[in-house]
Amino acid sequence: MKKLSVTPSPHTHSGMKTAYIMLCVLLALLPAAIAGCLHFGIHAAELLGVTTGTAILSEMLCLLLFRRKMTVTDCSAAVTGLLLGMILPPDLPLWQGAAGSFFAVVIVKQIFGGLGQNFVNPALTARVAMMLAFTQQMTAFRAPAADAVSSATPLITGNASFWDLLLGNTAGCIGETCAAGLLLGGIFLMLVQVVSPVIPLTYLGSFALLSLLFGFDTVSQLLSGGILLAALFMANDPVTSPLTASGKFFFGIGCGCITFIIRHYGGYPEGAAYAILIMNLLTPMLDRRCAAIPFGVVSRSSAATKKQKKTA
Amino acid sequence: MKRLSGIHLPHWKRTEEQPVRALPLPETVRLPMLMHTGDPCQPAVKKGDHVLLGQLVGEAVSESAVPIHASVSGTVSAITQYRTADGTEVPCVEITSDGEQRIFDGCQPPSVKSRDDLIRAARESGCVGLGGSGKPTFLKLAAVQKPQMLIVNGAECEPYLTSDSRLMTEHPEDVIEGTVLIMRLLKIKEARIGIQTDKPAAIRKLSELSAAQKGITVCPLPAVYPQGAEKVVIYHTCGKVIPEGKTAADLGLITLNVSTVAFLYQYVQTGIPMTERVVTVDGDAIKKPFNLRVPIGTNAVRLLEYTGCDFDHLHKLLCGGPMMGAALSSPDFPILKPQNGLIACKSAKQPKPSPCIRCGRCIRVCPLNLMPVQLERAYQKQDIRMLTAHHITLCMNCGCCSYVCPAHRPLADVIQQAKTLLPKP
Repeated sequence: MKKLSVTPSPHTHSGMKTAYIMLCVLLALLPAAIAGCLHFGIHAAELLGVTTGTAILSEMLCLLLFRRKMTVTDCSAAVTGLLLGMILPPDLPLWQGAAGSFFAVVIVKQIFGGLGQNFVNPALTARVAMMLAFTQQMTAFRAPAADAVSSATPLITGNASFWDLLLGNTAGCIGETCAAGLLLGGIFLMLVQVVSPVIPLTYLGSFALLSLLFGFDTVSQLLSGGILLAALFMANDPVTSPLTASGKFFFGIGCGCITFIIRHYGGYPEGAAYAILIMNLLTPMLDRRCAAIPFGVVSRSSAATKKQKKTA
Repeated sequence: MKRLSGIHLPHWKRTEEQPVRALPLPETVRLPMLMHTGDPCQPAVKKGDHVLLGQLVGEAVSESAVPIHASVSGTVSAITQYRTADGTEVPCVEITSDGEQRIFDGCQPPSVKSRDDLIRAARESGCVGLGGSGKPTFLKLAAVQKPQMLIVNGAECEPYLTSDSRLMTEHPEDVIEGTVLIMRLLKIKEARIGIQTDKPAAIRKLSELSAAQKGITVCPLPAVYPQGAEKVVIYHTCGKVIPEGKTAADLGLITLNVSTVAFLYQYVQTGIPMTERVVTVDGDAIKKPFNLRVPIGTNAVRLLEYTGCDFDHLHKLLCGGPMMGAALSSPDFPILKPQNGLIACKSAKQPKPSPCIRCGRCIRVCPLNLMPVQLERAYQKQDIRMLTAHHITLCMNCGCCSYVCPAHRPLADVIQQAKTLLPKP
C-alpha cells in the first residue's frame, strides 16, 4: 500500500490565488491606460512599457540576489510598474521612468522584505521621489494631441469641460486623465470582489463632501487630477491599507481630508499621493485600534458602559 | 438579526438521494477502548471469550467514559494495542464474527422516568456525539441543571456528508420522538431543530411532524459553512451569544446532533446500545458513493472496497468532511463512533504558501470575527500576549481562513499550533 498524504485540515481550497488578484488589477487598469496611450501618443505607451518591464526585471534581479523564492509570476511587480507609469507625465524621458520603477520595486518593496512587507505604496513613493529628483520633467504637462506645448493641468486652470474630464481629453498624467476608464476598472474590481469598496467610497465621499461644504466645483474636483486613480487603485492596495472594514473606513476618510487640504491650501496642485502615503504610515495604528471584535467578546467600551449603568 | 460570516462551499452531496445501505457483515471488527473524548475504557473480555451483539466489551471505569459494546457476535480473537489520532496507545478488542448477530440478552429497553434515568441510560448506551465531536452525550445532558432550551443540530454543513440528511428524510419520527423524550425528562419547554436550507426534504418532513408537538420549532439555516459549529448553530437558531470562556451549558443550552437524538430514542425503545453507525463514503476516488450502515470497528478498507475505491490513485483519505476531517496515513483503521464520513481523494496537490498580501479575506470569512492574519503574525513572533489579545482560544478550527487565503497560507493549522504556546490552565 502506497503512502497517503497527511496534511492538516482543511483539505479543500477556494482556488483564489494572489496572481488572480493581481491579474484582475492589471485588467482593471487597462481601459485608463489605453485611453492615456491614445490621447498622448506612442511615447506614453513606450513609457508604460518601460516602467512595467523594468519593474518585472528588477523584481527578478532582486529575488535572485536576495535568494528568495522566484515569485515574479504573482504579477505584483507588473502592477507596481504599470501603476507607476500611469501616474507619470506623458513626455517623461524613458530612462527616468525606468529609474523610478527600479526605485519602487527595489528600494520600497524588496529591501523591506518583498511582497506584503512594504509599509508604503511603492508606486506612489517612487513618484514622490521622482518629483524631487526630476522636478522639471515631472511637472511638464501638455494637452493631448498637442506637440511639446506645455500647458497646465485642469486642476490649475480649472476650465475643462465635464466630457473632456470624463474621456481624458485634458492635460495630466498618462493614466489619470480618463475618468471613465478608471471608474470602469474600479467598478470591475469591486464586482469581482477583488477589492472592498470601503476605501474608494469613503475617500471620494469625504473629499466630495468637503468640496461641497467649502464651495468648490465637486464634480470637476472629483474627475480631475489623480484622485480617482488614487482612490480606486492606490489607496486600496491591500498591503499598505488597514485589514478591517472599520480601519478602511477611517483610512479612506483620512485620505479624503488630507487630499482636500493639500489641494486647496497646500503648496502642491495635487495631494492624493501625499495623502495616501501619510495614511499608509498610520495603517499599523489603524490595524491595532480598529481590530475586529470577536464573536462572544464583550468589547471594552460596552463593558464599561454596562458597569456605569449598574453603579448608577 | 446579523448573520455570522462563513463560506459558500460546493456541496458535492452525491449521496443525498440514495437510501442508506447496510454493509455486508465484516469478518472481524476492532474496537479501540477510546472512541470518545475522555478517558479510555478497560477491556471487560479476554481472548477466546464468546460475545453477543450489544454485550459489554469495554468497561467505563472513569467518570467521563462511556462503555463500549460488541458490534458483532463472535469470539474475541485478540486484545491488541491501538494508537489513536492524538498518539495515545489504548487496548483494542478484536472480535471475529460468527455471522449470526445474535443479540445479547441483557439488551432490554431501559426504564426512563426521570432526568437521572435518562442520563444513566445515555451513559450505558455508549452514546457519543455522532456529529463528529465524540463527546459523551450523558455529560452534555448532565452539564445543565435547569436547561432552557434544546438545540438539535441538523445543519450538516460539510461538503459530501449526508448521513444526518438521510436520517432526517428516512426516519424523521425518530428525531422528533427523541426530541420530545429529552424535553419531557429534562423538563425543557422549548426545542429548536436547525437544518440548512439545502435540505428541503428534511425541513419539510420535520416541520410536518413537529407541528403536532408543542415547543418544537424547525429553523431553516442558511447553507453557509460552518453552520453546524456549535456557536454558530446556537446563534442562528435562538440568537444567543456564548461569551468567551463560557460554554453552551452555562447559558442553559443543550446542543445535540440529530443522529444522537434519534439514537437515544431508538435505545430507549430497543435497549440495543451503540454498535453501528451510518458513514458517508464519498470523494473523487470513489466510484459508487453510498451512505453505509456499518458495525462500529469495521475496517475502513471494507467500506472503500464496497464503494469501488480507486486504490491506485488514492492520495488522501479523510476521516470526517473535507473542511475539518483528519487525513489518515493508511486506510487500515476501524470506523469509530464519531466518524460521520470517509472521504477518499485522488489529488493531493497543495500549492506552496506565498507571502501574505494582507487582503483581509480571512478576517471577512471568519464566523467568529477573529483576525487569522494577526494570529499568524503573533505566532511567528511567538508573542503570547498578542495571541491572547486577539482571543485565540475562541478559534474552533473551522478552516474558513485557510480555504479563502489567496496566498495558500495554512492559517487554521498555524492557529492550532499557536494554541499550544499558551500557558496551560
